[in-house]
Amino acid sequence: MNLKILVLPLILSFMSIPLVSLYSQDYDFKIYKNFSDLENAHFDIRDDRVHVINFWATWCAPCIKELPYLDALTEKYGDKIKVTLVSLDFPRRIDSALVPFLTKNQLKSEVVLLDDGRANVWIDLVDSGWSGAIPATVVFMNGKKHFYEKEFHSFEEVEEIVLKINQ
Amino acid sequence: MKKYLFQMSVLLLTMFVLSSATYTSNNDGYTIGEKASDFTLKGTDDKMHSLSDYKDVNGYIVVFTCNTCPYSVLYEDRLIELADQAREMGFAMVAVNPNDPDIQPEDSFEKMKVRAKEKGFNFPYLLDEGQTVYPKYGATRTPHVFIMDKDMIVQYIGAVDDNSKDASEVKEKYMYKAMKAIKKGKTPDPATTKAIGCTIKAKKA
Repeated sequence: MNLKILVLPLILSFMSIPLVSLYSQDYDFKIYKNFSDLENAHFDIRDDRVHVINFWATWCAPCIKELPYLDALTEKYGDKIKVTLVSLDFPRRIDSALVPFLTKNQLKSEVVLLDDGRANVWIDLVDSGWSGAIPATVVFMNGKKHFYEKEFHSFEEVEEIVLKINQ
Repeated sequence: MKKYLFQMSVLLLTMFVLSSATYTSNNDGYTIGEKASDFTLKGTDDKMHSLSDYKDVNGYIVVFTCNTCPYSVLYEDRLIELADQAREMGFAMVAVNPNDPDIQPEDSFEKMKVRAKEKGFNFPYLLDEGQTVYPKYGATRTPHVFIMDKDMIVQYIGAVDDNSKDASEVKEKYMYKAMKAIKKGKTPDPATTKAIGCTIKAKKA
């Protein structure tokens, strides 16, 4: 009995080693393996701020084009608007694509990575109207939510969607 | 005269609103149970292809895909395997590149030819020239799969399977399952699925 109690944590700790070592390198961003964890941390927060959550990837050309407009929200309205840039980059491309991109661009907004393979489930949880094409952006404030499956072409366009939720 | 002008502008405005409304509803694309229309598009073999070229089939598969989207590239080998399975199960399968080559030059007809040859595509790879087919179907991303039964009724819309990143981690082969169901005269379950993909490249309206 005593032995079992001793051995169990030992086994568990060994089991967790591969998980930890997979992402052993320290990144400046969080990696979510489960959409629900991302949802709990970033979605449906009612704190009188406008939350903008953008799904993007370094391989998505229209995403890269609109990213500066979204990031400019943080620069201009940092305390009133919370922008989260959810990268859907492939985990094996973190070092070769995502990290160099972030180093080069020095974004002001929070970047996180979502690596949850069950896209058929979580796409609907983000918005039932989303087909899965990126870029895609969710804007919410105090329980009100708007969803955009489109590319923004200017900072004015991005400011507009923020004003719209604020009305 | 002024009154006449006012009436004219009201009429014009009404016409504009009505026309834009119909445009939007046409733009939504097919839903399950609707009849899909045929098309004639040029393939990388320089021949024109229509779904009606295929006689006595159990159904039709149209996969919107392209050269450039990383998700499309991830699925190339799986589509080659699925094309063999489709043939065995009596389905006609074609791939359609919906992107405007003016916006994405790597998706040009010439580049499609190169890619088809490199990968040894065993299915016609067609260019949606003028981008008339993908809006009709309602494709929004690549890859995006549409499966019709033998009467061209749409039975499945969505992803190839449930794991884009890793073929060995796939738990549900949506496309294969849908073919099996349609062949037996049953409704696919699920009939619609979602996956992350690349937006279709088109000029701004």
